[in-house]
Amino acid sequence: MVKTILLIVAVITVLGLLLALVLYLVAQKFKVEEDPRIDEVEKAMPGANCGGCGFAGCRAFAEAAVKAPNLDNNYCPVGGNEVMAKVAAILGQEVKAKAPEVAVVRCNGNCEARPRVNDYDGMASCQVKAALYSGDTGCAFGCLGCGDCVDACQFGALSMDPATGLPVGDEEKCTACGACAKACPKHIIEIRPKGPRGMKVFVSCVNKDKGPVARKACANACIGCGICEKTCTHAAIKVDSFLAYIDPALCKLCRECEAVCPTGAIHGLNFPKALDKEAIKARIKARSEGNTPSVAKNKADAPSGASPSEAK
Amino acid sequence: MGGVHPHDSKISRECAIEPLPLAPVVYISVAQHIGAPSVPVVAVGDKVKVGQVIAEPGGFVSAFIHSSVSGTVKSIGPRADLAGRPSIHIEIEVEGDEWLEGIDTSDKLITELPEDNKATIEKIRLGGVVGLGGATFPTHVKLSPPPGSKCERVIINGCECEPYLTSDFRTLLEKGEQVVVGAAILKKVMGDVPCTIAIEENKPEAIAHIQEVIAKLGYQGIEVMPMKMRYPQGGEKQLIDAVMHRQVGSGALPISVGAVVQNVATALAVYDAVQKGRPIVDNSVTVTGECFPKQANLLVRVGTPLKYIVDYLGGVPADAAKIISGGPMMGRAVANLDAATVKGTGALLFLTEQQTRRAPEGNCIRCGKCADACPMGLEPFLLNKLSRNGDVEALEANAAQDCIECGCCLYSCPAHIPLLDIIRQGKGAVLGAIRARAAAAKAAAEAAKAAAEADKK
Amino acid sequence: MSNLIISPSPHIHSKDSTKSLMRDVVIALIPAVICSVVFYGWQELLVLGVSVASCVLLEWAITKFLMKAPCTVGDFSAVITGILLALNLPYTTPWWVVFIGAVVAIGVAKMTFGGIGQNIWNPALVGRVFLLVSFPTYMTTWGAPAGVVDAVSGPTPLGAIQEGLLKGGASVQDLTAAYDYKSLLFANLGGSAGEVCALALLAGFVYLCCRKVIKPWITLSIFATVALTALVFNLANPARFTGPLFNLLTGGLVLGACFMATDYVTSPMSLWGGVIFGVGIGFLTMMIRYFGAYPEGVSFAILIMNSVVPLLNRWFHQKKFGRK
Repeated sequence: MVKTILLIVAVITVLGLLLALVLYLVAQKFKVEEDPRIDEVEKAMPGANCGGCGFAGCRAFAEAAVKAPNLDNNYCPVGGNEVMAKVAAILGQEVKAKAPEVAVVRCNGNCEARPRVNDYDGMASCQVKAALYSGDTGCAFGCLGCGDCVDACQFGALSMDPATGLPVGDEEKCTACGACAKACPKHIIEIRPKGPRGMKVFVSCVNKDKGPVARKACANACIGCGICEKTCTHAAIKVDSFLAYIDPALCKLCRECEAVCPTGAIHGLNFPKALDKEAIKARIKARSEGNTPSVAKNKADAPSGASPSEAK
Repeated sequence: MGGVHPHDSKISRECAIEPLPLAPVVYISVAQHIGAPSVPVVAVGDKVKVGQVIAEPGGFVSAFIHSSVSGTVKSIGPRADLAGRPSIHIEIEVEGDEWLEGIDTSDKLITELPEDNKATIEKIRLGGVVGLGGATFPTHVKLSPPPGSKCERVIINGCECEPYLTSDFRTLLEKGEQVVVGAAILKKVMGDVPCTIAIEENKPEAIAHIQEVIAKLGYQGIEVMPMKMRYPQGGEKQLIDAVMHRQVGSGALPISVGAVVQNVATALAVYDAVQKGRPIVDNSVTVTGECFPKQANLLVRVGTPLKYIVDYLGGVPADAAKIISGGPMMGRAVANLDAATVKGTGALLFLTEQQTRRAPEGNCIRCGKCADACPMGLEPFLLNKLSRNGDVEALEANAAQDCIECGCCLYSCPAHIPLLDIIRQGKGAVLGAIRARAAAAKAAAEAAKAAAEADKK
Repeated sequence: MSNLIISPSPHIHSKDSTKSLMRDVVIALIPAVICSVVFYGWQELLVLGVSVASCVLLEWAITKFLMKAPCTVGDFSAVITGILLALNLPYTTPWWVVFIGAVVAIGVAKMTFGGIGQNIWNPALVGRVFLLVSFPTYMTTWGAPAGVVDAVSGPTPLGAIQEGLLKGGASVQDLTAAYDYKSLLFANLGGSAGEVCALALLAGFVYLCCRKVIKPWITLSIFATVALTALVFNLANPARFTGPLFNLLTGGLVLGACFMATDYVTSPMSLWGGVIFGVGIGFLTMMIRYFGAYPEGVSFAILIMNSVVPLLNRWFHQKKFGRK
């Protein structure tokens, strides 16, 4: 009996050792030499494999970053400056800090403003719907409402608002990876700088139809009237094919355009105070009459609602 | 292989083709065919006559477009098509029905075939003839096979396998002589090859009538072939397989197996263009549906607003929930009734909510009915999964690009999964990848050639 | 006029739905159900009732409370699982054992994978096999048919033969002589309910084929393989191995081949995949019957081949138009 047990122990032990040897030899034979820094960089990455950087995943990014002569073309939008600083430290390189960005939805054609004119019955996919026809509202440019962007977001930052039929972004969760912007067949979602304390002003419409056509399809559409362009004192707004665009690099967040927009297509986000249209309109009027008080001028440059001392 | 058997619902089969009165204004699109849009050659304010060229081809694969009415050009500009997408239309206010000189509008049948094939093809080109079976591919291009390929048989497609449609059937019955002469012209142009007129078995009157006509006119080498009822029997590749027992390969043209397929309505248009000098200005449109009170087969001028046709027959019925331009399997849902007809408009079909509303999607039960139904031998259940995952490589390996979008998979899926909706996306992605590869290969070859030349110097 | 409906083509749909297909399967099972009730009486009715009711209730409860998904009970698939499970059990099975079988079938084998269409193994068979290994006493106590028809009492034919062989002495010929094929066809023997009336099951199978609900290839290849294997072994040693006809008509082979192996979800989609699947089931069944510890092998054979289905689906594709 004891003999049998000992025999079994011996056989198992020898077998185990033999197999370990085989494993070791195979591992040696198939060992791939690679830069150990790739593993280190990969560890520093967020690990979402979202593809927002333009590479297939975090590993692919790490391989590219290690090979690249500098980090100018390798930026992880999800990890942001913090992660890039780590990556730069590992690779011993410099990295330029980028302003944080978020996705903004440039359509405000909610159910009331943009009534349905037909009843879509195909697959619930914006891609399919866009390939089929102009959409179930009069607007051929606006949100199709099937939520491809929501499906594309890996961070749970987008959700469909059943009241408006439009996607809503959660800026806290958004990593600006751009997956939603790529998924949207109407190119409604734009990756824009987050702005100081999240404050930003943008045109929430992409309709390039002539004013009356756009207006007929949607009460909230940009009609290309150009009032915002004329009002803007910072040359941040350009109207092109009946559609205004606010350049975030030039915008000083004065909110004058938002106040004068006749259709409410221009949106300000995350401002601490509600928009006081009348006060701003009075300010613009005073300026156009030529007696611009210097204090008001200063104020116009500062973000509305934030006191001048808060704004740097 | 594959196919489905929907009820044929040809409820308008007894309605003779009647001409629709002229609309007060027509909108003629310059993009009515596959290929480059045509270029308008008239200006606002010009007076035009019926049959006058108003737009010229915008490339080799493109077509002439003629005015379908006489009147004044009111505007040239973007206008929404039936999917609500803007494209350039020429708006003509109708002032009468004055035809261009030189067009023979009499009913006299001309059976002598023209001698010069080149001149015949040119006449077809000048007549703006495009494939009227649905694809609207310019006919003269199809009749000019690339060098090295040889046509062995002309097939005239009279299957009309889609349910509800009857315009080809009525054309065969009422204009059988002209269709047969058109077939004879096509046969001669392609080098006097045999010609088969394929008609589905559910149209015995048409089969008998065409057989009589062929005997009466005495053309040699034209035969009628009754086809089994099955959708999509009239699909180009399926028809060639059924008639000639040859399968056109993936991405290849019918001419690669020696076949040229033309629709019945196209054969009639060829007759008109070659024998009468009459370009395509009208086409027959079936207006039908169980909920539609007045079934009809109408001869409609190109560019007539759909709303005008519907109003002529009594307006949209209250219980109609979907209007389809074309048949129920491959037609397109009309989003915009103000859109105008084009050369390829074959039918207006009205369906009720109950007939057409899709049931909610369930889980795939792996029954394989989609694969049984696919006439191309594809596996829609698999392509569905791959398309949703965006796996373009696997889609190509599983031949998503061969999909002919006939709709059999979605039609037969018991779980009501929108198979074709998603497979179309996958097919598009594969075709895009193939094109990108071809472009890259071409660029690389050119670069290599340039480098070689640089070396020589 | 309300807004027009817009969708991609096609705009019409065949009358088939998951529900209509499953309903056809239920209809096809009715002859077998009637037969088993007639032969076994009210006790069989109790087993059927408990099985179907618990399958349906469990699926309803799981979709409603655990998955919080749309309820799929209306598609009849749970009813089929319930009937098949009941037909796989002896009519003497206590109701609570039937209920446990239903829990395993629906709760474990079907819904944990995501419900209809997602399961890898046939739910009714998983339930049955679970009961077979957990409660062998109940599962192998075959009462004599106690219904309105007079019948021979005793163990199942396959069970009797294995027992006889184990005891030694008697040859297979002597043992099978006790059964005439007419009684096998018309079910005058002991066994689980579904084993009893081959003719009623075959009628259901023919109905399903005529309605084009299933294709006959899988079933036919099982029958052919079983017959062929049995023929070869029987010719080689008639005293040890039972013959083809005997094997075709006993042990739930007809039920398994007609209704369990042809389950859409757990069978291959392509023709050749189906044929290989059927050959595998037939061969494994015969190997288990001849050499295994259990007298009956159809359940295990089908479950084993179920596991191979994803591979078969990957290997066998239908011929694509215009391609080699």
